[in-house]
Amino acid sequence: MKLGKFLFAAAAVTALSTGASAGTLDDVKAKGFVQCGVTTGLAGFGAPNDQGEWAGFDVDFCRAMAAAIFGDAAQVKYTPTTSKERFTALQSGEIDVLARNTTWTFSRDVNLGFEFVGVNYYDGQGFMVRKSLGVTSAKELDGASVCIQTGTTTELNLADYFRTNGMSYESVVIETSAEGRGVYEEERCDVYTTDASGLAAQRSTMADPSEHIILPEIISKEPLGPLVRHGDNQWGDIARWTLGAMIVAEELGVTSANAEEMASTSKNPEILRLLGGEGDMGAQLGLPADWAKNIIMQVGNYGESFERNLGTTTPLALERGLNALWTDGGILYAPPMR
Amino acid sequence: MSDITQSNAPGQHYPPGEHPDLPPPPGTVGAIGWLRNNLFSSIPNTILTLLAIYFLVVSIPPVLDWVYFEADFEGASRTDCTSAGACWALIDVRLKQYLFGLYPSDELWRVYVAGLVLALAVLPVLFDKIPFRKILLVNTLLLPITGFYLLSGTGSGPDAWLTTVETPQWGGLLLTLVIGVTGIVASLPIGVALALGRRSNMPVVRAMCVTFIEFVRGVPLITILFMSSVMVPLFLPEGVNFDKLLRCLIGVSLFSAAYMAEVIRGGLQAIPKGQYEAASAMGLSFWKMMYLIILPQALRIVIPGIVNTFIGLFKDTSLVLIIGLFDLLGIAKTVITDANWIGLSHESYAFVAVIYWVFCFGMSRYSIWLEAKLHTGHKR
Repeated sequence: MKLGKFLFAAAAVTALSTGASAGTLDDVKAKGFVQCGVTTGLAGFGAPNDQGEWAGFDVDFCRAMAAAIFGDAAQVKYTPTTSKERFTALQSGEIDVLARNTTWTFSRDVNLGFEFVGVNYYDGQGFMVRKSLGVTSAKELDGASVCIQTGTTTELNLADYFRTNGMSYESVVIETSAEGRGVYEEERCDVYTTDASGLAAQRSTMADPSEHIILPEIISKEPLGPLVRHGDNQWGDIARWTLGAMIVAEELGVTSANAEEMASTSKNPEILRLLGGEGDMGAQLGLPADWAKNIIMQVGNYGESFERNLGTTTPLALERGLNALWTDGGILYAPPMR
Repeated sequence: MSDITQSNAPGQHYPPGEHPDLPPPPGTVGAIGWLRNNLFSSIPNTILTLLAIYFLVVSIPPVLDWVYFEADFEGASRTDCTSAGACWALIDVRLKQYLFGLYPSDELWRVYVAGLVLALAVLPVLFDKIPFRKILLVNTLLLPITGFYLLSGTGSGPDAWLTTVETPQWGGLLLTLVIGVTGIVASLPIGVALALGRRSNMPVVRAMCVTFIEFVRGVPLITILFMSSVMVPLFLPEGVNFDKLLRCLIGVSLFSAAYMAEVIRGGLQAIPKGQYEAASAMGLSFWKMMYLIILPQALRIVIPGIVNTFIGLFKDTSLVLIIGLFDLLGIAKTVITDANWIGLSHESYAFVAVIYWVFCFGMSRYSIWLEAKLHTGHKR
């Protein structure tokens, strides 16, 4: 299988030289698609839909990059990666970019040699309780029994949080999230804790999701974002500003519906710069002038992507929360495009 | 005493030789007799029978309710499943993904053709009395080539005869069968070679075979898969990688070959020394001796072991999901992460369990049939 490719690989190894390595952008343009590492399935973030096409919030980022580079969001090939092999896949060049709900940490950024290009989802550990409990804040959970997955950082975060606030709890240890849902539904614990997006996914599968609430407190930092390899700054810039353009577009009110119209009628120089009517931001990135316009028209701005995959109209019904724009009370913020 | 009571009276005496044939006493034949012999023959048996009946009565109706009577069969998402039972709409909507993964719909005919080719290739191997066996065997020998080009395509671009379908798009039962069949087909000859090598008199060959077998048997399949998926790419220069599925196929084949070798060695050791000596005395070369005398007998002995290994291998293919390949089980896990279907794990797993069972049970029945066919001389 792929014998030719394999022989080529062998030849390349023998020659010990693949020639002057072109930049990732040139490679991607030459092969005609972005090879994007995604999850093997996480509700709302990336999973094949009924038609067998990849869809989700992280998948949208891959599509946005393809739209920026090729003007066609469909020019993506997806490599499903497990949490263990995702970093190898990126290091070895099997994929060009990894958009797989990966937490931005020091060691991953520095030690593994990756470049996180931003945060597309601020996650964090949260608590879910039954409404009938009458609790509205995690500070009222003193003495509660908590369902918690064993051997995870969530366990440590939980212990820290309760100790800091001088409260006690009784842990009900579970192995998998599916087990946790069962135990929680059987009321063997009062509280279920894991990442907030995971809680929302679990809640959507319950018999009556409206009977449960996710408390507003988020007790840990899980900034999830796309990442690329160290060493190719142009490619990193493209990834960073693909995300940036989606966020800025939301700030400026540019949507997939009105981008075309705004490009010609808007008087706002920032919008004109974004949509390629003024300036040469596309050329500076090595992309067409309408790169950001293509992203917005084909994938949508950040808010549209969020609503389509995670928002209140989806079964996950996630609130924007921390991921609201900084102007709307969240912490989502993109550097200015100028 | 009337006549009637006389003729029916128990313990009536007949003249010698005139006793009519009476039916066996009630309760020793028919359904009641069977029940008495098999289910209620003693007090402990009776208790166990009653317990089993109780268990079945308690457990079967809810299962049937869940599977059929209270199940939903149609819908576009889990919210359409309103009744208490299973939500088979998931299987209905995602059936293609369970069977073929993300293989493009326009190209699915190629999978059907490949399935037909596979079926035609398997038949002459399994049954020796089917018509056109020779022609079909040619097809069998060509299977690796035809199968590969059918599934993978001949090239990309508009003028390609069959467009390339890359292996990340293969999935479901298709991928399980690709891995299972490749592993089964490759492991038998490699296993025979390893087994012969391990019993060889040549020290280098023997040492190599022993080392390989013991090394591979000493590590779990997961380790081998991880090595192939995580370590191999790091050893290759950046930008050079060869197909993940191919790496996995090589790993699975070598792994099962090591187990196969030990099964076959068991068969080789069961052949009496006289057979080897007789074959040598007839002047047969080593290979002729093996091919004509030893292996036919040895393999026959170990059919249960070989099929056992095959069945194990077929189910072990599900481990590839940990390296991000969507085999049957991988697809089952992935489809229920879609926000529309999230949480329907029972339905998804039950469905793939049935598929696995059908294949494994089929293999096991075939092995029984084959044993019965070949064991005519040894039967006790």
